[in-house]
This record gives sequence, structure tokens and C-alpha cells, in this order.
Amino acid sequence: MAKRSVSILTRLLTNPSSPFTAPTRSITYMPRPGDGAPRTVTLIPGDGIGPLVTGAVEQVFEAMHAPVHFERYEVRGHMRKVPEEVMESVKRNKVCLKGGLATPVGGGVSSLNMQLRKELDIFASLVNCINVPGLVTRHENVDIVVIRENTEGEYAGLEHEVVPGVVESLKVITKYCSERIARYAFEHAYLNNRKKVTAVHKANIMKLADGLFLESCREVAKAYPGITYNEIIVDNCCMQLVAKPEQFDVMVTPNLYGNLIANTAAGIAGGTGVMPGGNVGAEHAIFEQGASAGNVGNDKIVEQKKANPMALLLSSAMMLKHLQFPTFADRLEIAVKQVIQEGKWRTKDLGGDCTTQEVVDAVIKALD
Amino acid sequence: MSRRSLTLLKNLARNSNASSSCIQTRSVTYMPRPGDGSPRAVTLIPGDGIGPLVTNAVEQVMEAMHAPIYFEKYNVHGEMSRVPGEVMESIRKNKVCLKGGLKTPVGGGVSSLNVQLRKELDLFASLVNCFNLPGLPTRHENVDIVVIRENTEGEYAGLEHEVVPGVVESLKVVLSLKISFVIESFDFDVTRSLENSTRFVPGVVESVEVITKFCSERIAKYAFEYAYLNNRKKVTAVHKANIMKLADGLFLESCREVAKKYPGITYNEIIVDNCCMQLVAKPEQFDVMVTPNLYGNLVANTAAGIAGGTGVMPGGNVGADHAVFEQGASAGNVGKDKIVRENKANPVALLLSSAMMLRHLQFPSFADRLETAVKRVISEGNCRTKDLGGQSTTQQVVDAVIANLE
Repeated sequence: MAKRSVSILTRLLTNPSSPFTAPTRSITYMPRPGDGAPRTVTLIPGDGIGPLVTGAVEQVFEAMHAPVHFERYEVRGHMRKVPEEVMESVKRNKVCLKGGLATPVGGGVSSLNMQLRKELDIFASLVNCINVPGLVTRHENVDIVVIRENTEGEYAGLEHEVVPGVVESLKVITKYCSERIARYAFEHAYLNNRKKVTAVHKANIMKLADGLFLESCREVAKAYPGITYNEIIVDNCCMQLVAKPEQFDVMVTPNLYGNLIANTAAGIAGGTGVMPGGNVGAEHAIFEQGASAGNVGNDKIVEQKKANPMALLLSSAMMLKHLQFPTFADRLEIAVKQVIQEGKWRTKDLGGDCTTQEVVDAVIKALD
Repeated sequence: MSRRSLTLLKNLARNSNASSSCIQTRSVTYMPRPGDGSPRAVTLIPGDGIGPLVTNAVEQVMEAMHAPIYFEKYNVHGEMSRVPGEVMESIRKNKVCLKGGLKTPVGGGVSSLNVQLRKELDLFASLVNCFNLPGLPTRHENVDIVVIRENTEGEYAGLEHEVVPGVVESLKVVLSLKISFVIESFDFDVTRSLENSTRFVPGVVESVEVITKFCSERIAKYAFEYAYLNNRKKVTAVHKANIMKLADGLFLESCREVAKKYPGITYNEIIVDNCCMQLVAKPEQFDVMVTPNLYGNLVANTAAGIAGGTGVMPGGNVGADHAVFEQGASAGNVGKDKIVRENKANPVALLLSSAMMLRHLQFPSFADRLETAVKRVISEGNCRTKDLGGQSTTQQVVDAVIANLE
């Protein structure tokens, strides 16, 4: 009898109930006739690790037989502007997947990432910073969505030299843009069953600019009585993020703070190599690695081909949902999360030593 | 001591199995478009019998979830001669409809309003997903079948006429035309010629079953597309082509042609009588089934029955432009007077169908919450209506679902 109990004990201990025992049947979905027709997506590999990770996405989509085909365009960060044909393609396809574009420091060349967002009026940037099961971090219970205004604020690119040796940089905040980003944030919270929206600001110092932002947020909050709204000053916010991140849910921010908060939140939840994200406007959407730090990578990673493709794979799962192929999106997400959880195939930023290709092969094998 | 440890370990093992089969919530990173949250109008037809009871259940749950949907309610009853014009207008405007069952009188020449709706809106595909629900014990395990049934022609074309007293023939008219506009006009010709037929004699009734290449092809295309989009591995065509060689033969031909375009999906065919037997013997062999109208009705209800009953299976009808959601399989969707009086109708099927509707309207998060809550209530097992072996009323089940919404 004791012998039997030993075997039961062994069985129990060797089969931990994992939260990702892949659900064999997840959703009942009735597509419309014609929903399976393939969609075209503009693909911009970009600079640095860009081609490596977008290549990863292409391989996985091929393996899944996803109804997506890519129109590839070479764009480099040092070009003066995004080529016309690329803009045409994005406007036509409405959806784009891109790697990072390296923006040279100083020198007056404006960022092509910014240019894309402004021309297509992609006003909201969304990053979902969430603890991935199996990936050990110093912070637990992190599940923050940072929604950042993408077109104005400090990144308006309006700078001029007043007098030799004195430069002014203009930060523009408009009611129109603040209102629409607030509306998008609350709508996102409503549609995704989120309970709280936090506005991040520095209105104690920039009373008029950030004050206008806050006013717009407060007005929109009144239309959503079911969602808690609060405000936090950005310096306190950074400290709270690293001390008690579980208090944050959805955060809505202007451009600069959003950039910093998104990267901090991504960092505490596991690193910018795994957080999915995207940029959306009324008509177009661009998907890329969630938080911007490290999306081009350094030469060493490019040489050794050890870039982390997870972030872009999860972003492309978001893209599949956006294109209304929910089953493919689910399969991809489950496969990626399984690979992360198993822990054997991890790139350097997650503590392992694999190459990008090894991770891609593991994901393809984990697809069901 | 080892006796105690054995019992303790068995308990542990059971609990760990139970917790691993407990309903997992899906966490979805989803980037909506701006404006995706604006409310959508949906036509609501409560219907007859238990219809008003179960559609009201859906209304309550949608209210509790604050779903971005509002219903335009219209009263339609099965004994009306046709669906009122304003209801059709409403559905055409909203493109989506949720309905309870409409009772079709037996005999008497009143055509079914359910069929009329489907024909006018050209909802050519009916989909029922029959699957085992965790926590609901049935005699059959591992059932996960999607029955895709052609909705607009076949035996339900409604073309009947009396030829000779006491003799009823079932004619099969086979149209093998490749050009769709010719088929459209030919359908009308068939109807007219039969009505004005000089062969009309009292006492003999013919029922004409029409199978066209156009409709067979599009239902086959829909079935394979469904399998592709939902990662299904096999499509089975159900037929009786050994007897009705031309009619069902045409159906099979269309399925085979479409199958060639989907090399990754296994295709096979099964005769309908064997199919019914296999369904109750080894249901795990079936995945997606594509059928003409009549067989689809029977196969869907059989599959629903083995998987837990028509009270829990979700389903809908879809066409190129519109979609109507209702209880999946048609048996019992109007219910008996006793159930209506005691208010013990099972709202689960319509709740799961409305979750499909939420997905159709692109509110995946609400759909997931609803499905999770419903499945949790079923798996907990203390709030079940009579058809699932319990004693609860509809309202009790609704309250349990609302309590389980997160």
C-alpha cells in the first residue's frame, strides 16, 4: 500500500498543473463567408536586429499557414523620409509590421518612426507589460497597459535656435489630441474589462500644458462611471512603478512620459524583448516591438544573431487579432508562452544563450 | 498510516485534476481601433414558448456586463403568415439578429417563419458546435463536432404539391448549371411550373427537393474555410448518394472540388445512416461535418444530444451579409407548456450563442467573460435546469451566471 502511495506521489510531483495546458477548444467562432481570404500586410524589416526578428515572424506565419502575406520594403533610419511607395503600401493595406528604425542622435535628421506615425495619424501607442508565466522577475502581478499619445507633446520636433547658443524646444499639447487619447484609453479599458485608468502628468510644474491634458482626461472619465480614474505625478509614478507595480492597470500619458513609463514597466515585467505592443489610429495600425528601448539592438547582438524575437511574435499575434484571425492569434500566443515557460530556449536578455533561430524553431514546434 | 496517506494522496490527485480542468480565463492582448467601443444595435425576436424566457435571460446578462449592445425588440409569432416588414428592415439595417424559437404549426400549409427568415436574408450556413462541457457528465466523451448545414434549399425548399390522392412522392430535381444567374431564374421556373402543372391531381402530393451546384459549392466553401480558420483537421460530408445518386452526388462533387483547395485538411464522406450510427458509437472521429439541409437538421440534433443536450449547444446562421443567432440545434427551442409555466427553460444555449454573437460583433473580451461565467456555472453543478439533471429555474441560472461574471 505504501508502494502505491509512492507511485501516486511521483505522478503528482512530476505533473505540475501548468496554467498553459493548451486549451484544446477555446472559442466558438462563426466566421463570415470570405473571412479566410488572405490579407496583405506591409513589412518593414528596419535596422539592426529588425531583419532578424521580422524574419522570425515570417517563418512562423509560414509554418502556421496564416492567411497573411507580406509586402516587404527596405527602409533605413538614415534616410531623409520614408519612401513614397512604402507610405502608399501602408495606406493601402492599413496594417504594417515593422522592426526598429535607428534614429541618429542629433544632426537634424528627424526620426522616421515619428514621421510614419504623424503622416498616418497613428495617435495611440499601446504597450502591454505583463509578467509572462515561467519568466522570473523581481516584480510580480504586473499587468499594465501603457497608452501613450503618439503625435504631439515633446516629440513635436519643433526646435529652433533663438540666438547662437540658445535653443528652444516646443512642447505642444492640444485639447483635440488629449481628448482623443483619453477617449481611446477609456474605451480600451471598457472593452478589455480593465478596472482603472491612471493619468500620468507633471501639471504641478507645467500647469497649462499638462493641465490641459488632465482636464481632457477628467471629462472623458465622467462618461465611464464604471472605471476608476486617478492621476499621478510622473516622478512619483516612476517610483511607484518599481515599488508597487500591482496598483497600476491602464495608464494614459502624453508622449514623453509615455516613452519612459512604457520602457520602465516593460523592464520590470521581463524586459523589452518580450512585451507586445502596437500603434493605432483611426484607419491604420502599425505593430512593432512594444517598448522602444533596444528595438534596434547593438552590433554584437546582430553579429551573434541572438536577438529576442518574442516581442515581435507577440505583437504579430496582436496583429492577427486585429485582422480578425483569432484562432491563429491564439495558437501563436500559446506556442510562444509555452516556449518561454519551458525555459529551455531563451535569448541572452532572458538569461539564456540561444540564437534567434533556435527560439523560432522551438516556437514552430510548439504550434499545434 | 500508509492507509491514511493513500487516501490523502488520492484526494490530492483528484483535486489537482479538478483544478487543472477548471475554467481558465483567456488573457488576450488586444488593440482595439478607436471607436470600436461604440454600441451596436441588434434585432431581438423573443419568439414563442420558452423564447421570451431565454431571450430575457440574455438581456439581463448583457445589462449586467454593460455590453455595448442594445436590442431592438420585435414580437413575431409562429402562426403569422410572414415575418413583418419592419422586422426584416430592422435586421437588414443591423445585420445581426438574436432570436428565440418560432413555432411552426404542423401541416396546414403555413410555411415556417424560421425558414422564411433564412431564405430572405440568404443565411445559407447554419452552424452548431456540439462539444462536451466540463463538469457535465454524458455517456459520450471527447465530443467536439461542428455541424455546418446548408440552410436554404434541399428538402426544405417548401415546394410541395398534391399529384394524386393518397400518394406522396419525393422528387429530386437536379440542376447542374454552372452559371448562377441562370440558377436563380430556374428556381422560379420550377416553382411556377409546379404550381401550374397539368399533372396536378388531388390526393397525391409531391415534395420537391432541390440541390443546386451553386448552393452546394458555397456551403462546402464555407465549411472548409471554417475548418481552416479554426484549426480543425477534418471535414466530413454527409450524404445518401448511393440512393439519391444525382442530387446528393452533385453535393458530393462540389465538396470534393473545394477539398482540393485545402490540402492541409482531411476530407472524407459518410453515408447518413452509417453516420448516425457512428455518431452514437464513436463520436470522437468527427470534427467538422458539412451536410445538406435535412441530414444537417438530424445530425445536428443527434450530435447535440450526445454532447449534453440541445439546451446547451451554441449555434447560429450566417450569410454573406447577415447573421442570426439562436439556440444551436432546433429541437426543443420552443419547449413545452410545462416548461414555460414553471419557468424552467435552459438559457445556456442562447447565452453561449450570444457569446458567439459578441465575437461576431468584435467584442472578444465580453464574449470571453460571458463564456467563462457560463462554463463555470455548469462545471460547479449546483445551478442546473431539468434537462441537465437539476431543478433550478431559468432565473436562478441567470443569477448564477451574473454572479460569476468578473
